[in-house]
Amino acid sequence: MKLVTAIIKPFKLDDVREALSNIGVQGITATEVKGFGRQKGHTELYRGAEYVVDFLPKVKLEVAIKEELLDQVIETITNAARTGKIGDGKIFVTSLEQVVRIRTGETGSDAI
Amino acid sequence: MRKLSLDGGLRALLWGALLVPGLALAEEAVTVTETVVAEVAAATPTLNSGDTAWMLTSTALVLFMTIPGLALFYSGLVRSKNVLSVMMQCFAITSLVTVLWVIVGYSLAFDTTGMEKGVTNAYSFIGSLQKAFLAGVGRDSLTLTIPETVFMTFQMTFAIITPALIVGAFAERMKFSAMLWFMGIWSLVVYAPIAHMVWSGNGGLLWDLGVLDFAGGTVVHINAGIAALMAALVLGKRKGYPTTAMPPHNLGYTVMGASMLWVGWFGFNAGSAVAADGNAGMAMAVTQIATATAALAWMFAEWVAHGKPSVLGIASGAVAGLVAITPASGTAGPMGAIAIGAAAGVGCFLAATRLKRALGYDDSLDAFGVHAVGGIIGAILTGIFADASLGGKGLAEGMDIASQVWVQTQGVLFTLVYTAIASFVILKVLDLVMGLRVSEEDETMGLDLSEHDERGYVF
Repeated sequence: MKLVTAIIKPFKLDDVREALSNIGVQGITATEVKGFGRQKGHTELYRGAEYVVDFLPKVKLEVAIKEELLDQVIETITNAARTGKIGDGKIFVTSLEQVVRIRTGETGSDAI
Repeated sequence: MRKLSLDGGLRALLWGALLVPGLALAEEAVTVTETVVAEVAAATPTLNSGDTAWMLTSTALVLFMTIPGLALFYSGLVRSKNVLSVMMQCFAITSLVTVLWVIVGYSLAFDTTGMEKGVTNAYSFIGSLQKAFLAGVGRDSLTLTIPETVFMTFQMTFAIITPALIVGAFAERMKFSAMLWFMGIWSLVVYAPIAHMVWSGNGGLLWDLGVLDFAGGTVVHINAGIAALMAALVLGKRKGYPTTAMPPHNLGYTVMGASMLWVGWFGFNAGSAVAADGNAGMAMAVTQIATATAALAWMFAEWVAHGKPSVLGIASGAVAGLVAITPASGTAGPMGAIAIGAAAGVGCFLAATRLKRALGYDDSLDAFGVHAVGGIIGAILTGIFADASLGGKGLAEGMDIASQVWVQTQGVLFTLVYTAIASFVILKVLDLVMGLRVSEEDETMGLDLSEHDERGYVF
């Protein structure tokens, strides 16, 4: 089992969610986050006073999947979230040791 | 502001009525005499319901400028932890000045006891206490053609907004208790005498000098703007200024506030005619024209200088235009209004963006940059665009543009020096007695919590 964590541009959230649903992913957790990477921040100007805003708003998606779906999920997120401009985000993949469905007590890939 | 006693023109007519019949043909003499009688009848104080209706409306409009107009304009510009403190300051000033105005402020500013044209005495600087506690201001007393109660309340709304403008300079760091003391004292020691000298009529120091200040460029805006600079200097910079980002927390409030100020200003300027007449009509027109021009001027100046037109820029430009046209609104014509608006838009843009940073003072919300600078630009240009050759109402007899501009400059300088010194002294004394600033810890926490135990936003 794998946990795929993707940082994407907020306006791409709906596209990514739809694309993941289409390939059979059954659950996603989305969080509004702030951060910076190579895109860095942006500047704001108020009556001549310039502020550099370091942290930009992004959306963090967490998707728990069965291992065999990994490549497809990565490809789907990449395609759906890409604009080609700086700041499109990143995908992190980690191994998932255990999953439990609270309602039934199922564990492992049955619980995904 | 219309003169409160028989003005020069009317006197000339009265003299004319005595002299002309003896010099002219009998038939003409009869006509002239009839005209004079009609003029005199019109000048005898009788209540005019049209004027009164307009002044009741204007009074409401000007109060609306402070609460909620200015309160919203300013509170949008501060950080979210100080939003209530600014609204509270505007609201408290409104209430405090109202009571002080009734007790003694109105009398100090507008009582004309002992005043005589061309005579400089103590009453040229400050009114007597004859009208303290509104003595003699009843249902039947009139000022010009309106009830004195309406005139007194109309002027009260000006006395309210002037100190409230200063809030912009010390926002986010002044103790509420010290703020109340400062505003109360300033209102009586600075506002009342300046208003008296400019507006109370014959015998007033700056009135006799011939300063043109229709709706309060000197009395309201330069006055508040200079006091604002003193407050910014005496209180010192906010913690972290200018290295920490302190962006406005809700520019939507600021736009709403600026829009309310714009609308309310029709009461401020057109109401200063103290009549529903042609002067009021022209004042309304030039107010609209100058404001729109200044909004565009600031917007384009910023677009050129920084690459983008900003919401805060166009809103600030509108306020700058309103400030600058204020003294000129009784004398300038439409083309003068465009020139004044353009000068104010660009001038205040430079003051709020370049001058402030060059000199390093922390005038949090640019009360000085907009009100003093805009007020001075307006006061000086009033002397130019009052001339009939430039579409204005025409200068007083014996005055030309150069001499009127010099008179305007004297008015500006007098206010500048008096207000700067008096405001500085009041602030320093209060600082010694009670301290002006909140503690560093309270400043970091925000004044909403530290001064009022409340939060503006509970999510």
